[in-house]
Amino acid sequence: MKPALFSYSAPQSVEEALEVLASDEMARPLAGGQSLIPTMNFRIAAPSALVDLRRIGALNGRAVEGDVIRVGAMTRQRDLERDGAVQRANPLIAEVLGNVAHIVIRNRGTVGGSIAHADAAAELPCMLLATGGSVVARRAGGERTIAADDLFLFHMTTSLEAGELLTEVRIPALPPRTGYAFQEVARRHGDYALAGVCALVTLKDGVCSSVRLAACGIASKPTRLAESEAALLGAPPEGEALGRASDAARDYATAADDRQASADYRRDLVSALVRRTVTKAADRARERA
Amino acid sequence: MARSAMRGTALGQSPDPRVAVSMTVNGERVEREVSPRMLLSDFIRHELGLTGTHVGCEHGVCGCCTVIIDGKAGRSCLAFAVQADGADIRTIESVAGRDGTLHPVQQAFRECHGLQCGYCTPGFVMSILDYLEDNPDPDLSEEAIREVLSGNLCRCTGYKNIVAAFRRSAELMRGSQ
Repeated sequence: MKPALFSYSAPQSVEEALEVLASDEMARPLAGGQSLIPTMNFRIAAPSALVDLRRIGALNGRAVEGDVIRVGAMTRQRDLERDGAVQRANPLIAEVLGNVAHIVIRNRGTVGGSIAHADAAAELPCMLLATGGSVVARRAGGERTIAADDLFLFHMTTSLEAGELLTEVRIPALPPRTGYAFQEVARRHGDYALAGVCALVTLKDGVCSSVRLAACGIASKPTRLAESEAALLGAPPEGEALGRASDAARDYATAADDRQASADYRRDLVSALVRRTVTKAADRARERA
Repeated sequence: MARSAMRGTALGQSPDPRVAVSMTVNGERVEREVSPRMLLSDFIRHELGLTGTHVGCEHGVCGCCTVIIDGKAGRSCLAFAVQADGADIRTIESVAGRDGTLHPVQQAFRECHGLQCGYCTPGFVMSILDYLEDNPDPDLSEEAIREVLSGNLCRCTGYKNIVAAFRRSAELMRGSQ
């Protein structure tokens, strides 16, 4: 199938892009197109206009500034994955990106595009939630910062408002004494995850002084596993506490049975992935100590 | 222009807006006026007649339509031709020498029997070519090779010979430098 009719523009500045987006509520920004174009090819999406962001230099580029990694929305996923400074500041990012589709897709797919698309099974939104990152949203005459906790509302639905454009993604650097891990289970390599878990574990004197866990693929949006985090806080990342954290994760898997997996299977997956990622993250925290 | 206005054009006229694009394809400059909704894969095949780029799934899963866009492999079915305005595109037609000499990646597929029906082959060749140009000294473990190849589907040869062709490609490309 082929996409429905639309009109097209490729403005040079964020201001011009905002103007077009504000003039037509069915207009959509086009970033890398790796999620939007397939949905248009199937006519699941049929925007009346596309505002191609590729000419806007201000949306490119990335920088590690202190304990924050600032990533322009149009940064290609593969470029972020291979950036040495980013890898040193937070090696979790490359580990997560290795699970996003395939190299050829990541060559074109953008960081901002994936996060604004907000697929509930996608890896980057889950990573942003786990790390406590945020996005910058520009609108005519202003901008605001939206914390990841407040950004993802539902499958493919964010708190970005009509006329707002996601321009930058801010990912915290990996804190000291902290280990990380991302793992997912998918039917085929490169598919969206049936379930995926991102873990950050900070150890002090052998116990967890901070735990952040987020999951994708198991609910209507990427989800913080707060009960699992609480079970580990102040305890060693193993044994009984890890068992309780792993069990607590089951209740967060609320996705209904589908052709790929039953709800029961997803509960088992998220539980097992919490166990594996926390163990891996704790090992890495010890290596860094 | 709202879509309802575009549909309001007279009978017999295309309702699609036209946008001028110019790009370099296999070293030659091409200029056309196209509808914004024309996929790059259709532009390459229908406007330019370069039918070596194949179209399989049109949603980015099969990898048949892979071409090199500004030095990076990409799905031509997941790009509109208008997005490639000003770009440098390489398709499978540019890979062999003008005298027909096979490129090392093509030679490797031939030697290792990396193809049967050949439908997926242009996509595999473009993906591997781009990867090896970027990584001249790649990890040649089975797992690493399969990771690179995971974005391309083959439905008849099987992957064993394609993995072997990847290894042989790396060898031949190193040898030819």
